[in-house]
Amino acid sequence: MATVQHVVHDTHGEFEPSLFGTYSKKTGMWLFLASDSLTFGALLFAYSYGRISNPAWPTPFGKESIANATIMTACLLSSSLTMVLAVMAANRGDKSWTRNWLLATMFFGAAFTVLHGMEWTRLIADKMTPSGNPWSAVPLFGGTFFTLTGMHMLHVTIGVIYLGVIALRKKFLPILLGLWLIGWLVTPADNIFHLGVHVLLIGAIVSAVILFLKPKDYDANDVEVSGLYWHFVDLVWMFIFPLVYLMSTKV
Amino acid sequence: MHDVTAGHGESKATYLWVWGALLLLTAVEVVLAYKQVLQPVQMLEFLLVLSVIKAGLITMYFMHLKAEVPRMRWLLTISVTACFALMWIFFFRDADRIVTLGVK
Repeated sequence: MATVQHVVHDTHGEFEPSLFGTYSKKTGMWLFLASDSLTFGALLFAYSYGRISNPAWPTPFGKESIANATIMTACLLSSSLTMVLAVMAANRGDKSWTRNWLLATMFFGAAFTVLHGMEWTRLIADKMTPSGNPWSAVPLFGGTFFTLTGMHMLHVTIGVIYLGVIALRKKFLPILLGLWLIGWLVTPADNIFHLGVHVLLIGAIVSAVILFLKPKDYDANDVEVSGLYWHFVDLVWMFIFPLVYLMSTKV
Repeated sequence: MHDVTAGHGESKATYLWVWGALLLLTAVEVVLAYKQVLQPVQMLEFLLVLSVIKAGLITMYFMHLKAEVPRMRWLLTISVTACFALMWIFFFRDADRIVTLGVK
């Protein structure tokens, strides 16, 4: 049974009670997610419009791709479970298990990104570009696919960094910089991720600015708000997986 | 002073059930994609229904939207759903028109 923790905001009568009955950080995150859902909605509708209105839409995703995308989906679903367990641990004040579950969530998120990166690399090796593909004369496929899945991959990467900051605070910075350096050295110079891995460097700089300018011990509310972001990333994939992969299956 | 309940009253077992249901629905989607018994438009609509169910489970249980006050719950749900409904009405009908009638 989950422990119910009461958080009291003492406003001394200076402010009106929250319209939404919760703390402002959470309301802010919900509003951000509502706006972000429209960004993804527009991209998903753009992809689906192209899919439905073009009978010659390519279907390049064979068994290997679908198996890969199914494992990616399982990773994200499992990460949502570990995230909600982290929120539970944070609510009962168990810092050790909060950190452990957050690290497990980050592991699943990182696994998702690596698997997705491998999928992208395979498609690019097959001569798929944002403006063309070898399977049909529908140029929109590459553009909408890379925009939609790239945007989602960016969100997952930002989510992993966000959770790392919440779980490990300043200790996460050298780890993030190490991952950036390894990623940059390991990926071949002609691979898209040789450039893309710099997102980690930008993430490290932004995280450092936040951690050094406003150092704090993140509490249960911070874990819950980061969880909202993470679950949203999972939720978006629940639409991308069927619309992009399952609607373009090569049987 | 106002009191905010930060706990959500769900048990670990509930979260495990939700996780299992999400995995099961994903498996159903994959099987449907391989069977290919539906036309693309019907397939899209069926997959979207399953995705909406999965999204509902994630928002209500994992994101604890059902534990929020009704004002928050309804405002978020109605506003986002209305925007998607408008996109659906304009985009999908038009995409279907192109397939059915051809580009004019």
